[in-house]
Amino acid sequence: MSERNDDRRKFLAAAAAGAGFVALAPGIRLVEIAAAKPDNEAVTARVRWGMLIDTTRCQTGCTECVSACNKENHLGEVKKPRTDAQWIRKIDLKELKTGRALSLPMMCQHCANPPCVDVCPTGASFKRADGIVLVDRHICIGCRYCMMACPYKARSFVHEPHTDQNPEVPRGQGCVEGCTLCVHRVDRGGTPACVEACAAAGHNAMLFGDLNDPESAIAKRVREVKTTQVRADLKLDLGVRYEGI
Amino acid sequence: MASASYVETQSRPAAFWGLLAAGGLFLLAAFAAFLHFEHSGHVVTGMDNQIVWGMPHVFAVFLIVAASGVLNVASIGSVFGKPIYKARAPLSGLLALAMMAGGLAVLAADLGRPDRLIVAMTHFNFKSIFALNMMFYSGFFAIVAAYLVTMMDRSLNGYSKIVGFLAFFWRLALTTATGSIFGFLIARTAYGSALMAPMFIIYSFAYGLAAFLIVQGSMYAWNGLTLDARILARMKNLLAVFVGAALYFTAVMHLTSLYFAKQTDYERFLLLDGGIYTTAFWLGQVVVGGILPLALIFAPGATQTRVIAASVLVVLGGLAQMFVTIVGGQAFPLEIFPGYAVSSTFQDGIVNSYSPVLGEFALGFGGIALAFLITVVAVRVLRFLPQDDFAALKAED
Repeated sequence: MSERNDDRRKFLAAAAAGAGFVALAPGIRLVEIAAAKPDNEAVTARVRWGMLIDTTRCQTGCTECVSACNKENHLGEVKKPRTDAQWIRKIDLKELKTGRALSLPMMCQHCANPPCVDVCPTGASFKRADGIVLVDRHICIGCRYCMMACPYKARSFVHEPHTDQNPEVPRGQGCVEGCTLCVHRVDRGGTPACVEACAAAGHNAMLFGDLNDPESAIAKRVREVKTTQVRADLKLDLGVRYEGI
Repeated sequence: MASASYVETQSRPAAFWGLLAAGGLFLLAAFAAFLHFEHSGHVVTGMDNQIVWGMPHVFAVFLIVAASGVLNVASIGSVFGKPIYKARAPLSGLLALAMMAGGLAVLAADLGRPDRLIVAMTHFNFKSIFALNMMFYSGFFAIVAAYLVTMMDRSLNGYSKIVGFLAFFWRLALTTATGSIFGFLIARTAYGSALMAPMFIIYSFAYGLAAFLIVQGSMYAWNGLTLDARILARMKNLLAVFVGAALYFTAVMHLTSLYFAKQTDYERFLLLDGGIYTTAFWLGQVVVGGILPLALIFAPGATQTRVIAASVLVVLGGLAQMFVTIVGGQAFPLEIFPGYAVSSTFQDGIVNSYSPVLGEFALGFGGIALAFLITVVAVRVLRFLPQDDFAALKAED
């Protein structure tokens, strides 16, 4: 009697496992396909977009990345440095003790733990599953608390009425904005405009890619050389890393 | 408690309409500034991408902090059972509502997208201390309004103690959250301290009581009444305790900050060579807002006028403190690369300058005007004039 019961249990277990496999397998397969991300699929956390900036290749005085960003996102040239939006800027550094000089681009560091997202009262500041930190222009109320919270001064407030928009990059007076990592290009399989411009100028100081993919150029490079996260003491786990500082 | 006959306020209609007109003019100026800013964008203000919160925030945060503090008068009455404060509880509740309304109006008018206020009320990021503050502010209105009703409607008097308790704890939580708006900013040297929350509470005690004493003094003068000397003595001494405690917290804050090597640059900036911010700190916050009021209160033979003068100084010192905390904290350069001298097109590495335009002051004074108008009208139509029970007071002595 009990043997027969055991047999029956084993059969039921095997049948359930088989049915489960049949039910779940296509789903698992779908998840794999989604990671490749065609246009109409949601982003996934299997990708972590990041950037590696080699400060030894970045030229003092060169502003190709800045110009490319302003052009791509229709920010316009910086005429009023105090109020104009600057999503990316060149910072010239000089080490106080040694006098060593270097230059680097600074923009949103796309933190894994972004303070701007923490403080935003409405949830307009948000982080996509793939690590890109963005502002939802529909629910930003322009309180500017994220600008107070950002350790990198990566955000700008739109101080004036704005025309001449890039339809893919909506902007508007009274909202806060910052580097989107050219999400509209990245979602099509492209790279950010600044990275493209830096390569076109022959400097190749900016490397963009998926930090989670061990085979990507950026992941390999980060494995090989010592890279720095700016203000690493804050433990924000940055998507943008620097080499040579 | 023996029944006290209510002192009726004097009518003086011409003067009343004069007050309304004066307050209305300030409110109108604020509205004009608001329309101008929203139409042209914040480019027409003195604020920019470095000083993102300017004069409007100085006034708004001051009003909000003082609003929570002014409710203390009621709390001492209901929670701690002191009769002279109980007689002042309705006025204290009214001022709390009026000042909170004034502060929030300024805050909302300074938003980049004030038209999206409804978004702020319907979308909450519960991790944000700012969102929590919004809930505390809304709750504050509801609880204090309920508290006023239980105090002023005799059939509901029985509930006044319990609602008073709730209001007391709510206001403590509210000011903790307001202080934490700055305390939770990890990146900036001037902020990111747990001390911000208790310090804001003690500031609120001082600013709130000072505002209360000014209004109370004006109401007594309006009606040709004199505040009882014993009551005056108690309230002025309480103000002195609060002002002294505020100075103490300020000192501890800066002394601990001086101890951390990474913060000495900021302390040097604020205490020694920060220009307007150093002046605002020493002359405004410490001397005008602390030492002078204490001297006025403790010099022998304090009069009602002198106590009001001391209260006005505390308010001015409070505005200076908010200026130092809010604007000074942003003026000091954000340290992104410690150990490096930096320069860029985005004002990296330099002390940020800020020249507020007239409209920003208009917006700030508009908040005060709104609080003033609410108070004037409410005091006119309802019994808010403190009704002291002198028999009970004498018995207590």
